[in-house]
Amino acid sequence: MSRKTAIRPIRVLVAKPGLDGHDRGAKVVAAALRDAGMEVIYTGLHQTPEMIATAAVQEDVDVVGLSILSGAHMTLFPRVRKLLDESGRPDILVTGGGIIPTEDMDELARQGIGKLFGPGTPTGDLIAYIQEWAVEKRQD
Amino acid sequence: MTIAKPDPAGQELRRRLADQERALAALQDEVRAWRAAAAGLPVRADVSFAGVSGREVEPAYTPFDLSDGSQAAAGLPGAYPYLRGIHPTMYRGRLWTMRQFAGFGTARDTNERYKFLLARGQTGLSVAFDFPTLMGYDSDHPRSEGEVGKCGVAISSLADMQELFDGIPLDQVSTSMTINGPAAMLFCFYVAAAERQGVDIAKLQGTIQNDMLKEYMAQHAWIFPVEPALKVIVDLFEWASAHTPKWNTISISGYHIREAGATAAQELAFTLANGFCYVEHGVARGLDVDSFAPRLSFFWDVHNDFFEEIAKMRAARRIWARTMRDKYGAKNPRSWQMRFHCQTAGVSLTAQQPHNNIVRVAYQALAAVLGGTQSLHTNALDETLALPTEESVRIALRTQQILAYETGVPNVADPLGGSYYVESLTEGLEREAAGLFAEIEAQGGVVAAIETGWFQRQIADSASRFQREVEQHRQVIVGLNEFIEDDEPPVEILKVGENAEREQRASMAALRSARDGVAVDAALERLRAAAAEGRNVVPPMLEATRAMATLYEIRHVLETVYGTYREPVFF
Repeated sequence: MSRKTAIRPIRVLVAKPGLDGHDRGAKVVAAALRDAGMEVIYTGLHQTPEMIATAAVQEDVDVVGLSILSGAHMTLFPRVRKLLDESGRPDILVTGGGIIPTEDMDELARQGIGKLFGPGTPTGDLIAYIQEWAVEKRQD
Repeated sequence: MTIAKPDPAGQELRRRLADQERALAALQDEVRAWRAAAAGLPVRADVSFAGVSGREVEPAYTPFDLSDGSQAAAGLPGAYPYLRGIHPTMYRGRLWTMRQFAGFGTARDTNERYKFLLARGQTGLSVAFDFPTLMGYDSDHPRSEGEVGKCGVAISSLADMQELFDGIPLDQVSTSMTINGPAAMLFCFYVAAAERQGVDIAKLQGTIQNDMLKEYMAQHAWIFPVEPALKVIVDLFEWASAHTPKWNTISISGYHIREAGATAAQELAFTLANGFCYVEHGVARGLDVDSFAPRLSFFWDVHNDFFEEIAKMRAARRIWARTMRDKYGAKNPRSWQMRFHCQTAGVSLTAQQPHNNIVRVAYQALAAVLGGTQSLHTNALDETLALPTEESVRIALRTQQILAYETGVPNVADPLGGSYYVESLTEGLEREAAGLFAEIEAQGGVVAAIETGWFQRQIADSASRFQREVEQHRQVIVGLNEFIEDDEPPVEILKVGENAEREQRASMAALRSARDGVAVDAALERLRAAAAEGRNVVPPMLEATRAMATLYEIRHVLETVYGTYREPVFF
């Protein structure tokens, strides 16, 4: 068992990768996750996948949530996933949301990305998803 | 004792005034009785009577909801303070410009879309750039990977701009370019492209957004820190007033502030405060306010709360006119007249049951026209899913044409003028804006309030409040939190592939090897020197453009002088 067996709040890094400046969703989600009792770190805008993976490892988070509304999701999600795996952290969940067509969500799921959420998702859905994921993970 | 001379006209007037006063007193009694009766009537308990901005409204409005003299102060369309519109006959003389924002892939892909739209009756062009271009990166820069041509068209040099307008004579169209951080650079590309078409640049018509203040507040496509960014904006005011006098040098935008979560009153006040900040910077440069103010234009979001949106546009015109005349001493009526573009609210569209968006857009478009807009973009039904298809963008354009030609709405200027509700809302928004102007002042002004993140927090707080209301069903969104369909058929969407990135990389490589590298370096050095010495950077930037310096090369050389903006991070 890892050092994270002690019960602590779920730690989430909310990140805005790429050049996209639309942070309304990221900020609303970050605030909702915090209100649900999680520890939330927000990166700010215009982050590279390298910056995000480094922050995730340094902050020892459980979950990375990426918000992408730029159409660059097929490049950015797999890149962050790969960098985390290479840093020895395949256990960190990479999830997120934005303007992402369903078939792209399916393809990203095949590449090891967690559930992705589209426009209009109630924040309760993603809170429940992360909490359920954390419960399952802690049982492992 | 004096004996009054017989004065039949005066007696008649006094008699009519007395009648009016009696009628008003009687109405006041009726209103009191109606208010008492209304208070006891059942109301639907499951909904809020506050609109998207959270303002509670009365069940009905009467003359007593207006301030004294408001009817006289409203004035006429085309007359100061332009509450009722900037032209005496509004759309009888000329309809609004139907201007669909479009761009994707390479310049060649987008050039085809422009020709498609122009052939279907669109009357102005509007360029959507991809994220690398918006941020001042070339298509072959490492930070552009995966983003080239995705959300707009990739333009990295004069060569791309020439291709974008291939076969479209630039003295015969008006073009709006949504570009901010590198606005001066893309404007130089456009001017140089016109020169290469053999067009007299004094004839160029269009707009660059060039509104950095709202970038720091809301849209976040920034490059330089606030003060140097403002300096380059004023450089453009100065250069354009001498060389491209018909070009709108800025589009002071509430759109992105609203989309990021602001209420209507915040959109109104923050945007106007930004406008006044630009005016003050121009005046501080020593420019005569009337030399640049007539080329300042505005851009509003049109959200779902129909009457509030109309009132917002009317209030904006009156505040601008009064402040420009009385505070900044503008003498030219064109400096007092607020001209603006509108776009329907992207944030109001739903990914669920996307065809419903056609109806939302139609109501929003109607509000924009009743508010007196000069140009309009109507969103396509699929814009929460992807960039629009040809089919969806055609429906969006047809929505405007139906409004313009079938409804009769454009036949009368400001048809809601005198409505108790709309006039009362207009005055209410003006009061709210005045309150927010005072708060901004208390924060130390616009620039200080950006640097501390004050605006950004106000906007994020409003966004979170709205999200909570949606989740509590206090705001009903059809198809999203009520009237949900479980099994929705997917709609066809536009896919932008990776070919734009490959093609751009190849053409950038070709450009870099074909151009005169020594001339490029020399031009960039002249630009650096101008920036370092505080001179106007537009002339040397135009020189560098003509020498085929790329977007990122120009950005980079200015960054070495100006530095880079760092955002205050919070949520």
